[in-house]
Amino acid sequence: MPVIEIAGRQISVNEEGFLTNFDEWDVDVATELAKQIEIPMTEERWKIINFLRDDFKVQGETATSRRVQTVGGVPVKEQFALFPKKPAKKMAYIAGLPKPKGCV
Amino acid sequence: MKKKLVVLGGGTAGTMVVNRLHKKLNNEEWSITIVDQNNRHLYQPGLLLLPFGGYTADEIVKERDDFFPSEVRYIQAEIDQVDPGANQVHLRNAETLDYDQLVIATGTTPRPDQTSGMDDPAIWRKSVFDFYTLEGSIALKRALDKFEGGRLVVHISEMPIKCPVAPLEFTFLADAYFSQRKMREKVEITYVTPLEGAFTKPVCSRQLGWMLTQRDIKLEPDFVIEHIDSERKVMVSMDEREIPFDLLVTVPVNMGADYIARSGLGDDLNYVPVSKETFLSKKYPNIFALGDASDIPASKAGSVAHFAIDLFADNFIEHVNGRVMTHNFDGHTNCFIESGNGKGLLIDFNYKVEPLTGMFPLPVVGPFSLLKESRINHLGKLAFRWIYWNLLLKGRWIPISALMSMAGKNQVPQRKEVEANASH
Repeated sequence: MPVIEIAGRQISVNEEGFLTNFDEWDVDVATELAKQIEIPMTEERWKIINFLRDDFKVQGETATSRRVQTVGGVPVKEQFALFPKKPAKKMAYIAGLPKPKGCV
Repeated sequence: MKKKLVVLGGGTAGTMVVNRLHKKLNNEEWSITIVDQNNRHLYQPGLLLLPFGGYTADEIVKERDDFFPSEVRYIQAEIDQVDPGANQVHLRNAETLDYDQLVIATGTTPRPDQTSGMDDPAIWRKSVFDFYTLEGSIALKRALDKFEGGRLVVHISEMPIKCPVAPLEFTFLADAYFSQRKMREKVEITYVTPLEGAFTKPVCSRQLGWMLTQRDIKLEPDFVIEHIDSERKVMVSMDEREIPFDLLVTVPVNMGADYIARSGLGDDLNYVPVSKETFLSKKYPNIFALGDASDIPASKAGSVAHFAIDLFADNFIEHVNGRVMTHNFDGHTNCFIESGNGKGLLIDFNYKVEPLTGMFPLPVVGPFSLLKESRINHLGKLAFRWIYWNLLLKGRWIPISALMSMAGKNQVPQRKEVEANASH
């Protein structure tokens, strides 16, 4: 697994650049990851990222777009507006989590 | 008093479970009951070929209870609710079943009502079709026979779906079908998916994506449907892209049964959260979910149910005797993919290993080739219907291991080589 420098720290990532260690993430890392994919972090976006982090702690897997809607309370359409084109992937990337499943 | 095993659902998984456990459990100690709402067992792979004239309805439907051992009690009734606290199942016919162990195998169902506009009577099964129900598949056959050209759109609403390769197969078969009718140039085919590419696993996605290009089929990835405008016959995505159609073949949102939600046993798509190795519920130590009804991260497909139940039967015996379950499932999946014109592909993979090229089940001699079109792969798919009715459902031995084997598979080149190739 590659190790890269983000926000002045050594961070483990997979081939696609997703963080592989839940505990290596923090707000600075997230802000930097968001910048890389040209997403300015706002309060609405932080709300989703924090939901994903908290949900992962309990569920042990990344919430799908559907779950962000039903449990997190943000409609899929709004997720598309906040994280254009590939919201599920972009949200997981910034939250330092694996891509959500559903890809089998 | 005998202990009670109750199995909910008499489809591929439920039927295999009662046949296996009937043989393994001591019939003096255990009674087995199976519940289903109707007595119609569908050979589901046949639903894909029926619209193209490959099968007739009576070749792919049989009575469920022909496949249950005579000592197993079969109840035809709708399920109202499971009460996991009381170890009871309430049926719609007002009967209540007590259980010591419960197996949930009620599968997954297409739900056109989950997408706004999809089930509008003005278009549903008139210009918008599903093919994973017998009624949908038969209606689609009529529509294809009458189709004189225009925009054919094949579409997946949301993952996960039953048999994730089926929509691609449908697309390949449609291409071959219109070519045979000498009207391929009159049909514009588009494949629309919420995924990033033709399929999810990289090696497979490249091969299948290339097969779409070869057939002049347009790929529209990352399309998450918001609604269908039934008047204009247009699909609209969450990010406001529009795809017009004359004939839409869609895979609606797939969901587990509603009684699972009513019983508090499901996730947000009514699938039962279970251990992906043993299928034991994460919440209740005497409830298992098998086949499409569970939330395991594997394809919702008969081959997965088959391999899973091979291992489950031994695990179940250990579990009810208070021992640790030792037969862990690896996510083994094995699918024939029809590619049209009498050819097919075969893929074989698990939780960790993506579909690779090579030969199956034996190295070099095969006879089946992995991830490559061949005539024998197609014959394998046709032969499978006999195997399904005569061996698989009844739990008889089939010479394919429940756990995936790397024999005959070509390993993916090291990462650097992949990158070098990708840059060309």
